[in-house]
Amino acid sequence: MAILEVRHLESGYGEVQILWGVDLSLEQGRLTALVGANGAGKTTLLRTIMGLIRPWKGQVLFEGQDVSQLPPHKKADLGLVLVPEGRQLFTSMTVLENLEMGATPPRARPHFKRNLELVFEMFPRLKERQNQKAGTMSGGERQMLAVARGLMAAPKVLMIDEMSLGLAPVLVLQLFESLSKLREVGITTLLVEQNVHMALAVTDYAYVLAHGKVELQGPSRELARDPHVQEAYLGI
Amino acid sequence: MSVLLQVEHVTKRFGGLVAVNDVSFELYEGEILGLIGPNGAGKTTLFNCIDGVYAPEEGRIRFRKQDITGWKPYDVARFGMARTHQIVRPLADLTVRENVMVGAAFGAQSMGLRQAARVADEVLEFLGLAERADWLAGSLNVAQKKRLELARALASQPQLLLLDEVLAGLNPAEIAEMVATVKAIRNRGITIIMIEHVMHAIMNVSDRILVLDFGQLIAEGTPKEIAANPKVIEAYLGDPKLAERLMQGGE
Repeated sequence: MAILEVRHLESGYGEVQILWGVDLSLEQGRLTALVGANGAGKTTLLRTIMGLIRPWKGQVLFEGQDVSQLPPHKKADLGLVLVPEGRQLFTSMTVLENLEMGATPPRARPHFKRNLELVFEMFPRLKERQNQKAGTMSGGERQMLAVARGLMAAPKVLMIDEMSLGLAPVLVLQLFESLSKLREVGITTLLVEQNVHMALAVTDYAYVLAHGKVELQGPSRELARDPHVQEAYLGI
Repeated sequence: MSVLLQVEHVTKRFGGLVAVNDVSFELYEGEILGLIGPNGAGKTTLFNCIDGVYAPEEGRIRFRKQDITGWKPYDVARFGMARTHQIVRPLADLTVRENVMVGAAFGAQSMGLRQAARVADEVLEFLGLAERADWLAGSLNVAQKKRLELARALASQPQLLLLDEVLAGLNPAEIAEMVATVKAIRNRGITIIMIEHVMHAIMNVSDRILVLDFGQLIAEGTPKEIAANPKVIEAYLGDPKLAERLMQGGE
């Protein structure tokens, strides 16, 4: 069953249209990748799903309910959570304080301890550094914290934008390895990722976005062998 | 074919960041050269070095056999180079014709208002904006504003035109029209360098393509060569070895 469904979504900035009718559906518990070249509209899609940008047309259904017009914080309360590009941490707060900030939705608060254990298990480094200011950590640690803060909101659907951007390969590998844990605990995940090979290697299903539309979709294993993916990026 | 522009070992730094790193290439008269690369690769910065918005820390720019390194943008414009910007900023409270007249008046030829108006009308006709000549520029839609941006550049009567993402924000039909327009401009004898993310369009319109990644030129060739180049594929799709390591680690 689809926990999140996007139907013919259109949006953009000012007068400039970026999304030209995107259809996408996230199956419960599945890890889904969203890939595509620069300017394809990946971040815009996440922002529109989240409600940071109002949809011009189309619908966003969360657990069967039309949430297209709900503001972002209401969506977060329902369990739809975005880990934004560039992390957007509270840099002068400690790791633990950042995690507490993530746990503000009412449905997340009772599960604070359990979720904290989960993120510390996923990212032992954060446990070691829980009293350190977020701004003093390395890029990889900050990205871990951004994902962890998202998890503290007890998401049913977690959307992660550009997780590996600007990180050293070793850290990228670590982050990707920790993603399999999300599947174990049943969190439906939508992952926007620059490295197509990585995205297709860890996810179950994938969408390739080009020029604001879904160009290709299918099981990630199949797309990993599909020459059309490269064509969608390079235009030939 | 003679060389119109030579970029020699150009480097531009912002503090510790090397935005353009030792880039060299030649541009031939009458060519359409595509400039592509991931976000942050340095494409617009390279344009800014070529047309004088920035003075590069190292390297030379030669245009029409003249060393123009360090020239001011308005002098470069007078010498026959025009550009469009990714974010179009028409003079919203002037009419479309007046906007284009500004381009004409500060271009390759000095001209009075009457002549500038004549040039503007001719360019507007060519770009299909003639019917909108008396509209305020601010009232145009996105596709029309993109055309106006192009009209302003063309009115300066350039030999070289730098196009920065003229296709961004256009719908598929508008993209096809703009691609036809770019080809028509070249057929008028104007040499073009264009930055573009709409890959099928740039592959279709370019004679030759340069690929920048992290400030460096990583490939140069025909569209076909570029699409088959492993370095380019890696720049766009990511390092395949990383995924292999991930899979091995998991098994």
